[in-house]
Amino acid sequence: MRNLRNLSQDKLAMASLSFIVVMIAAGVLAPLFAPHDPEEVNMKLRYASASWSYLLGNDHLGRCVLSRLIYGIRPSVLWVLVALLASVLLGAIVGFISGYFKGKTDAILMRVCDIMLSFPGYVMTLAVVGILGAGLENILIAFVVMKWAWFARVIRTSVMQYSEMDYVKFARASGVSHLRIIHKHIVPVTFSDIAVISSSSICSMILQISGLSFLGLGVQAPQAEWGMMLNEAREVMFSRPELMLAPGLAIVLVVSAFNFLSDALQVALDPKLMTSKPGGKLRGRKRGEQVAYEYIGS
Amino acid sequence: MGSFIVKRILLAIPLLLIISFLTFVLINLSPLDPAVVVLQAQEVPQITDELVTQTKAELGMDQPFLIQYGNWLLACLQLDFGESYVTGNSVWSMIGPAFVNTLKLTLISSVFIILFSILLGVVCAMREGKTMDKSVRGFSFLLTAIPSYWLAAMLIWYFSVKLDLLPTSGMDSAQSYILPVIVITVSYVGIYFRSVRSSMLNNLNEDYVLYARASGIPERKVTLHILRNSLQVSVSIFCMAIPIVLGSTVVIENVFAWPGLGRLSVRSILSRDFPIIQAYVLILAVTFVLFNTLSDIVNAALNPKLRKEFE
Repeated sequence: MRNLRNLSQDKLAMASLSFIVVMIAAGVLAPLFAPHDPEEVNMKLRYASASWSYLLGNDHLGRCVLSRLIYGIRPSVLWVLVALLASVLLGAIVGFISGYFKGKTDAILMRVCDIMLSFPGYVMTLAVVGILGAGLENILIAFVVMKWAWFARVIRTSVMQYSEMDYVKFARASGVSHLRIIHKHIVPVTFSDIAVISSSSICSMILQISGLSFLGLGVQAPQAEWGMMLNEAREVMFSRPELMLAPGLAIVLVVSAFNFLSDALQVALDPKLMTSKPGGKLRGRKRGEQVAYEYIGS
Repeated sequence: MGSFIVKRILLAIPLLLIISFLTFVLINLSPLDPAVVVLQAQEVPQITDELVTQTKAELGMDQPFLIQYGNWLLACLQLDFGESYVTGNSVWSMIGPAFVNTLKLTLISSVFIILFSILLGVVCAMREGKTMDKSVRGFSFLLTAIPSYWLAAMLIWYFSVKLDLLPTSGMDSAQSYILPVIVITVSYVGIYFRSVRSSMLNNLNEDYVLYARASGIPERKVTLHILRNSLQVSVSIFCMAIPIVLGSTVVIENVFAWPGLGRLSVRSILSRDFPIIQAYVLILAVTFVLFNTLSDIVNAALNPKLRKEFE
């Protein structure tokens, strides 16, 4: 609860959070929000500029840009969140086993993680898509396959730190089962670390998925997706550059919102950062390191 | 130091073997039979079982798995990555020149990334908390949120179409490098300058800085000391930056029609040209491991503490 209160004091974070919530709602309830059918072709309205019934104008097939943008939230953001959850879950399971039981299990699991991490992430995503074929599901599979090792490593470090605490040792000595210890004593304290790394990964994931769709490897036409919309707009870039604006800005806004939120989460959830002067020196430093490592991991 | 280098290189060998094995397995995980893919790529009108068996025998796919892997690995060591399913040319003749083109782009961009990251990182650390620091960090926050291909398209539209100053695409002259290098630099400086800044800040609080200041050494000299120490951390990050940039120029190359690895790989993925995808993954993964090893060695050369840990 205190964490939430800390977070609610950060105005920028709250603005970002409301933006994200509204966007997710719009994505889930796309048929309610979208003024038109996103795949309805209307050749009379090709390249029509903004009007009252088509607020953002129409694309090269006369489709409503605003509706496509709203439907595009689903693959561009919602499915990315699902892929993130899946890889965090997988990483958390491995991380908890590794960090809690230590010893041989830990050594073997971490070797596997090291091997996974020694592959350049982006190249491997391309490789998996290359083998399985283009398509959104395959990109999401590739993401889960490539990302879990990174999460497992970070979560393991966090678990290890707490599994040596006196209260955990006490619980173990008094015969509490491993599962219960993990559930009651370790998950709650490591939760903040997990929240921070997953929220800081989401940005690079959104950018990469839209990038792959931009290359034509992700979502296939006629489905709407932001990267895909940019790809279609690129073909008429010289005559109709304004079509590049809406989907591009949508990506920038969403990624910035997640960026600000993850920054604020980090400060709000870290008790160590809170006890030192809030917003003081520590804040910027911690953030910088996290970002650098995160991108190396990706 | 010599024994450290030898040990570190020996450690990289098993990793390289595992990587090559996984790359080989990857192709076999495909839901499609490679022989069928070959026939489809050659646009054979009717694919009969007979034809598939024949193709398998031609490509050596009927042999036991491990022997196939062994043969493939030996061939790869001699830079023979097989033949493209689609064009029938040797993979190396296609991937070699593309690799050189991508490498040129990557190295030039890396120089700018390193220069600007150090410059901005140092300036921000020296002016910590001031307007300069805050605005640079805020701006970099925004830059990391911009998709690089979108930025690329915007720059092409403005500089090449509207102002007609620079070529829109291709690799014909030195001018062709300007826009791709700008885009790559912009999308990475925002990330890497932070690590320079944070390691500078960590060093600022060290005792040796206090001591140097207390003994009246001019501030500029103190800064140089801090810089040298904080660059140690940055070196490993920069060593890793090069293969990362190498692997992620894919999107940029496609926007600028750069005749490099990225464009070749995307084309191969779309036409399911497995040998090229395989060679692409192998080459980049090996580069990744080599740079990783290099960064460890450079770090150890700069910091004797790390060498001890190893022994």
